[in-house]
Amino acid sequence: MARIEVVMPQMGESIAEGTIVKWLKQPGDAVKQDETLLEISTDKVDSEIPSPASGILVEIVVKEQATVPVQTVIAYLETDAAKAVPVMEGPGATSPTGAGVQSSGAGAGSAQASGTPATVAQSPGAGAGRAQAPGASAASVQSPEARDAGSARPAGTDATTAGQGTATTGVAGKGRFYSPLVLSIARTEGVQMDELERILGTGDGGRVTKKDILGYVQARKSGTLAPPPRPVQPASAPQPPGPQAKTVPVRSQGDQVIPMTNVQQKMAQHMVNSIHTSPHVAAIHEVDMTVVAKHRAAHAAVFERSEGFKLTYTPYIIDAVVRAIKKYPLINSSVEGTTIVRKSAINIGMAVASENGLIVPVIKHAEEKSLLGIARAVHDLAERTRGRKLTPDDIQGGTFTLSNYGVFGTVFGTPIISQPQIAILGTGAIVKRPVVVNDAIAIRSIAYFTLSFDHRVVDGMLGGMFMDAIVKNLEGFDAESEIK
Amino acid sequence: MATMTYIEALARGMWEEMERDPSVFLIGEDIGAYGGAFKATKGFLEHFGEERVIDSTLSEAAIVGASVGAALLGMRPVAEMQFADFVTCGFNQLVVNAAKTHYRWHLPVPMVVRLPTGGYIHGGPYHSESPEAWFFHVPGLKIVAPSTPHDAKGLMKAAIRDNNPVIFLEFKYLDRRMKGDVPEEDYTVPIGKGVVRREGSDLAVLTYGSTVHFALDAAERLSKQEGIEASIVDLRSLAPLDKELIRDVVRQTGKALVVHEDHLTGGVGAEIAAWITEDSFQALDAPVRRIGAADVPIPFAPPLEEVVLPTTAGIFKAMHDLARY
Repeated sequence: MARIEVVMPQMGESIAEGTIVKWLKQPGDAVKQDETLLEISTDKVDSEIPSPASGILVEIVVKEQATVPVQTVIAYLETDAAKAVPVMEGPGATSPTGAGVQSSGAGAGSAQASGTPATVAQSPGAGAGRAQAPGASAASVQSPEARDAGSARPAGTDATTAGQGTATTGVAGKGRFYSPLVLSIARTEGVQMDELERILGTGDGGRVTKKDILGYVQARKSGTLAPPPRPVQPASAPQPPGPQAKTVPVRSQGDQVIPMTNVQQKMAQHMVNSIHTSPHVAAIHEVDMTVVAKHRAAHAAVFERSEGFKLTYTPYIIDAVVRAIKKYPLINSSVEGTTIVRKSAINIGMAVASENGLIVPVIKHAEEKSLLGIARAVHDLAERTRGRKLTPDDIQGGTFTLSNYGVFGTVFGTPIISQPQIAILGTGAIVKRPVVVNDAIAIRSIAYFTLSFDHRVVDGMLGGMFMDAIVKNLEGFDAESEIK
Repeated sequence: MATMTYIEALARGMWEEMERDPSVFLIGEDIGAYGGAFKATKGFLEHFGEERVIDSTLSEAAIVGASVGAALLGMRPVAEMQFADFVTCGFNQLVVNAAKTHYRWHLPVPMVVRLPTGGYIHGGPYHSESPEAWFFHVPGLKIVAPSTPHDAKGLMKAAIRDNNPVIFLEFKYLDRRMKGDVPEEDYTVPIGKGVVRREGSDLAVLTYGSTVHFALDAAERLSKQEGIEASIVDLRSLAPLDKELIRDVVRQTGKALVVHEDHLTGGVGAEIAAWITEDSFQALDAPVRRIGAADVPIPFAPPLEEVVLPTTAGIFKAMHDLARY
């Protein structure tokens, strides 16, 4: 007797929206409580979302690849088998037992009358307000009555509005704004949303102007319009962000069309956004890593036996960075409008390449950690990144980022800042080189480190002094120290 | 057809109406022997005599109040405020008595209050005010705002013949800068009707008074430099507004910019912009934009005045940005 809304769950405090990667069930499919219903992607973490209740998936409101705000209704479950179409054999309507599932019946009376009281943890009736599944691991559900009874919901995000669901979702997925006039013309001229999304926009930020859509309508009427490329993905699939989204694709036979994954799209957006936001300046310093290299070599074997993983250069570098930030704390800032926010915690993001794309998990409160503590945190995050076990909070809150492209043999690079941070350290490969030491040529382990910094906040002097502090921390590393 | 300045044309309108209708008379400070602060009534005293050209006391409340009384007794007074700024002293008489009498007692109050208005004359904070928003809010008052000599005469004659209290905005900046052809015959410009001064399909500028001319200059530059064509609408009347005309040009272009010299906040442009979004939301291809004076008193210093008041350059930029939106 219960039709249950499945909503986009809130996967972490600062997550505002999520993308549906894949529906594992289709309308008509039976689903058990806690069985995986769909996969979603928020920012950089993909999550499997368990069904909030047992029943039958009767309607998918938000299609794959669409991005919607959290709490948007994305599907409906019917826990009463008799009401679900098609009718499923067996008792599809086992009583949902999870907290946070609320009956959509008019109240306790009708729910009980059906013999399948849908409300267990919540008090019956519409007055109970919003029901939510505990924790971030289950999709939250709420009954229509609960919503109607006045539970707060972000305005304009209700994708269930009849006839507008697809359109709303498409716009949200594309992030492209259409003016009231353009939408009016589209309706009058019968221009579908997927057509609209293909029109080249000449307005601000690629916006489709009145002229653009009238030109399109004219071309369509006169037959001069090239047939639209058959989309490989559903029409609502977001185009890749950035300026290339506006160019008309030219394809040769045999070309492969590869839709970007959500993580790839997010990365692309972040990169373009960062370059447009921060004037990047790079300061490149040479670092003599000989002392660190010797220290690492001397401790590697014992360390691996006691800790169970290999000792890398990364903890040494992070330790040196954290000490340099303590000396020059302005580096550990972000820009908010016309203010600079100097962060008290030093949270070091470290770029990790994974088959899922580039991911930057964050070592929280690195300033409170010893070299050993940092090494453990680095290992833990790297492992969980590759095992796709990160939580959304693992990738948030970074205040400074380290990118070790040296592992790929890169000698030096110019990394892009991870917004809203203002600096990123790139570390090149450590290579033995002949260098001058005390007026004699010596063979030392040399690396080139690059600090890309945001010149709105950091000038060349601060950038250089900060880098110099990192270099001194590494070159002056106490070779006799123990790892603890 | 004669070429006249703006102020000559509006004076001509008063003159013709006084010749035509003996119930029309003038009242104001120094309008008689001195001919008025801006010389709008020069020669009137000599021709019409002191019963019809009354030098009043230095009291705007008395001028407006006496006008209301005279209008109720069948006269058609034309009151001059020396500067529009000073009308605040007659505010009660205008808003409470002139505006509401017909509503309350069904008695017409045919009177005109002339307000030499606006800046661009380095007059400073007490002699540069744009007062229209104060009265725009008041039911029962009409407001006209001519931008050309032709309309100055035609609207003056229409205002004098109207049976309602009419606020007549005289843009001081235009007084002697603006010259144009004015028909010598008897004609009126209808109150409540705007006019399209320039046709264009890319955006619509809705404006009145001095800024009509700035907008026209900006539109010509925009056409030459960018090939952007703007419609320029001279509203001419603020109350009542020519909503049909506004609707037409907004729906033709999909983009509207409202420009006035008055302060931005709570100005006439705010009402026009709000009405457009209510009336023509689905025809809008861009947010309605507004330009007005900064929300500070009008400064004396010419460089500061230029920063505070709308300029051709500022209007050009707003038009350009709106066209590109």
